[in-house]
Amino acid sequence: MLQTRANVRLKKRKKTFQKEDVALYLMALPTIIYLLIFCYVPMGGLIMAFQDLNITKGIFKSPFVGWKNFEFLFSTTDAWVITRNTVCYNLVFIVINLFISISLALMLSSLRSGRYAKTVQTVYMMPYFLSYAVVAIVVNAFLHRDNGLVNSILRLMGEPGKTNWYHQARIWPPLLVFVNAWKNVGYQTVLYLAVISSISVDYYEAAVLDGATKFQQACYITIPHLRYIVGISLILSMSSIFRGDFGLFYNVPMNSGKIYPVTDVIDTYIYRALTYLNNVGMSTAAGLYQSVVGFILVLIVNKIVNKIDPDSAMF
Amino acid sequence: MAKEVKKVNKLTLLSKGWNAVFVIILFLMALLVVIPMVLILIVSLSSELSIANNGYTFFPSEWTLDGYRYLFKTGDQLADSYLVTIFYSITGTLMSLTFMTMFAYVIAQKNFKHGRLFTWLLFFTMLFSGGLVPSYILNVRYLHINNSIWIFLLPSLVNAYYTVILRTFIRTTIPDTLFEAARIDGAGHFRIFVSIVLPLFKTGIATVGLFNMVARWNDWFTGMLYIQNPKLVPLQTLLTKLQNTIDFLKQNAAIAGTPDGIALLRSLPDENMRMACTIIVILPILFAYPFFQRYFVQGLTMGSIKG
Repeated sequence: MLQTRANVRLKKRKKTFQKEDVALYLMALPTIIYLLIFCYVPMGGLIMAFQDLNITKGIFKSPFVGWKNFEFLFSTTDAWVITRNTVCYNLVFIVINLFISISLALMLSSLRSGRYAKTVQTVYMMPYFLSYAVVAIVVNAFLHRDNGLVNSILRLMGEPGKTNWYHQARIWPPLLVFVNAWKNVGYQTVLYLAVISSISVDYYEAAVLDGATKFQQACYITIPHLRYIVGISLILSMSSIFRGDFGLFYNVPMNSGKIYPVTDVIDTYIYRALTYLNNVGMSTAAGLYQSVVGFILVLIVNKIVNKIDPDSAMF
Repeated sequence: MAKEVKKVNKLTLLSKGWNAVFVIILFLMALLVVIPMVLILIVSLSSELSIANNGYTFFPSEWTLDGYRYLFKTGDQLADSYLVTIFYSITGTLMSLTFMTMFAYVIAQKNFKHGRLFTWLLFFTMLFSGGLVPSYILNVRYLHINNSIWIFLLPSLVNAYYTVILRTFIRTTIPDTLFEAARIDGAGHFRIFVSIVLPLFKTGIATVGLFNMVARWNDWFTGMLYIQNPKLVPLQTLLTKLQNTIDFLKQNAAIAGTPDGIALLRSLPDENMRMACTIIVILPILFAYPFFQRYFVQGLTMGSIKG
């Protein structure tokens, strides 16, 4: 993403300082200051992972304890559970959302009525603009123990209908996958649809002349054209595979303790270690673990992509 | 976009049978999206009695506007939250756009000596970050911007991803010759930025601005982590808090069964009022976004351009 060919060529010509460049430094200055304070200073703050931090003493006076915070983090099964949850959920999200959104985009693009397709895609994109605070309330309207729609329907069917769904671990993995798809599939569909509609009509005309069916056209023209955009989105999502969507995993299950084994991800764990346990050292250690492993994953993914298709690589 | 789809369709019309099947599948999917929101809307219009008897249902026994009426009568908190959210959504977006477009212009320059260094300084923050805890300690312990309006404005000023996209957009949409011509005419960088880049670049800025504003409007986390002052609680945080407090008190009051607890429960917002609050929070976005959909779609595709 960073290096264009023109850039490489220009590198050979020596860049010298020019008087008018002062304006450029001035224009960049606000953002540089922002980046230093709000991005790079916190990176330095990761040193707290090796401290027994006392908030009142601050970073500069708290004692160092070596790897103790990490030992504490990895001594329980927590570290394994949150890592497994984060990575597995993200992998499932990527596959399921990709499958559904491409199917929907293919169907939408082949409809006879363009107006219907347009209306439907507007509807699909709607949940993308809702916050997880709202989504949590929507889910709660279904799962609430006393008033929820699910228990009401169960009662109508003669069941007791008194289940507290926020204590039932088994329903949450599929439910979270569903909620994530509900919220995000729409915008992916619209993205793929935009790419499909930019494919030149000539390909389809030629295919029709050769007697290709609609299905063959989808397989041999449309889907190959989506390869590039799918590649880019895969790279982006693979590189954030170590980050859990906080709103989804904290808000939607209402932070219910009984189901942590299936809903806890690295981000919610860090948040709770910070706010409930007040264990700054250990939560920073978990954050450092997340950042470092995430960073290594980005490098690996980028390296692999560079081998297969250098044009799609990030850097 | 629709025109091209139609053209293709004319050539190879989908058979009527398959078209019907697709229309039905797509319609069912649309229902799946809409139904949960319809449920919220209906509950917000159901009477408390109906909710107590039948739970949340699509067919309440009694309809009422009480939820909204109470909300507006006792809604000082809601009004405060609305004002705060509108204020920082707009101010924050304008500040972000100023910072980001200027920086994007700088790193879009091909002959700038420190261009690569600056680009990397930005790009690296996308790959590696200090994470939640160090930022929290920085904001609370050293900058003291928690529990103030600044917490909504400062830490989220620059989004690296969108700045890179803006840079790519400047490079691909504005020809180099234009810069050269302006420079020969004696225009400095600042002049070029204001009178050439900004006007040529309106849609790109509008797109990034809209995404930025929606993200700010929907942010509940900042408020939850940093804000105690009720005057500064954003809308989305208010929703989360409302939900959690009610559930917590209900459980405890039921266990304790004290008169105090029951009295407290009575004074709490009713179920329909809570749903009315939800509807009022999402309304602006639901109304506005179909009009801006063009920009959002463009924003999505912008992300996939390489520079």
